[in-house]
Amino acid sequence: MERHIDLPLTEEIAKTLHMGDNVYLNGVIYTARDAAHERMTDQLAEGIPIPFDTTDATIYYVGPTPARPGTVIGSAGPTTAGRMDKWAPQMISLGARGMIGKGARSKEVIEAMKKYHGVYFGAIGGAGALLAKCIVDCELIAYEDLGPEAIRKLTVKDFPVTVLIDSEGNNLYEQGRKEYLEARDKE
Amino acid sequence: MREIDVSVITDTIEKMCISANVHLPKDMQKGIKSCRACEDGPIAQTILDQIIQNFEVADTEQVPICQDTGMACIFLEVGQEVHFTGGSLYDAVHEGVRRGYTKGYLRKSVEADPIRRGNTGDNTPAMITTDIVPGDKVKITVAPKGFGSENMSALRMFKPSAGLQGIKDFILETVEKAGPNPCPPIVVGVGIGGNFDHVALLAKKALLRPVDSHNEDPFYAQLEDEMLEKINQLGIGPQGFGGRTTAVGVNIETLPTHIAGMPCAVNISCHVTRHESEVI
Repeated sequence: MERHIDLPLTEEIAKTLHMGDNVYLNGVIYTARDAAHERMTDQLAEGIPIPFDTTDATIYYVGPTPARPGTVIGSAGPTTAGRMDKWAPQMISLGARGMIGKGARSKEVIEAMKKYHGVYFGAIGGAGALLAKCIVDCELIAYEDLGPEAIRKLTVKDFPVTVLIDSEGNNLYEQGRKEYLEARDKE
Repeated sequence: MREIDVSVITDTIEKMCISANVHLPKDMQKGIKSCRACEDGPIAQTILDQIIQNFEVADTEQVPICQDTGMACIFLEVGQEVHFTGGSLYDAVHEGVRRGYTKGYLRKSVEADPIRRGNTGDNTPAMITTDIVPGDKVKITVAPKGFGSENMSALRMFKPSAGLQGIKDFILETVEKAGPNPCPPIVVGVGIGGNFDHVALLAKKALLRPVDSHNEDPFYAQLEDEMLEKINQLGIGPQGFGGRTTAVGVNIETLPTHIAGMPCAVNISCHVTRHESEVI
């Protein structure tokens, strides 16, 4: 099913999204990779708040290339999400229910998604030139010293993603492959 | 004896770093397009179309194909008749990478220390491999390598008794474990033989070979075809969403080895497998 969604990702919207849906995201998302996640959770433990409002937020696991003059951002495709599994359940519990990345997730992340109505979206890994076209604004908001791993506030327009794992835990990586193999072997 | 000023090396590497990250090699373009032609999964067809569109956009708009512009793997084949002047050869290589990644708006992805981390800010140091060869030329190959796929690579020290079947199983097991993480369709570089350190380099060098080429030894050429077929029966598919196209190619390189062993390394690379060579 094809869906156009205006962010933030509320619980109501999240519940209507199903594994395999092709979704076009509109609105604000935040970038964070390994180093930013580690710092956010370390600082949180010290009582320092996360540098953006996590309520209904969507985090894009990406470290873009620098923008050429006159452009918003460089190449900006997803990184492997599994590396963020260590920190993701806490982020989800804080309301950041949307995640954009690629690759498999841990049981713990999926359990947190089920509990807090999280959605894991997949963007095409390695298609950074194409995806950058859907990013209309980019503002560095925290951790500038982390370079490509700094936190950026992105505004996206019709940013194409697929629901990889929905809030009920249905997983496209398992289902998609299974269905392909079943169809192939029937022939 | 031929003298080459190292500034020529710097200039060439600067230019090649930018070009390699923006233009997907022709063999990869052709390989992905022919996979699209025989793909039978409907979702997979759409994904491959977008992957093709992406490298075409990158090519025409001079944007990096992928945001992971990698660690700069630099291979130097230095003719033994060459004498470098004007400074340190390796300093010149690092300087070329520094300039290329800065001027080309490429991502700086290198951490100064593996445990204490800290971005070096200019994507140096490069990962340099040097071979001394006959002649008075220098062949430079720049191969930016992303880590989504690098992280899914594996090395195993087999006993000789594991035999050919052991190697086949290990290649398939590594691709299966990698699943969607390395951005399939992938290229699988396999090294067999040598010792612990050389087998890993062999697997990396296998990735430099055009994806539509074969090992010169018919035994290994046939093994490449057989493994590609087996990998593409796994059903992982483009991006792991299910489909025929899990790999674009399998390249195998070998070395003689010890009576007690049979090392094997599998270096996985994504659909943005980049390499560019130039001879000075």
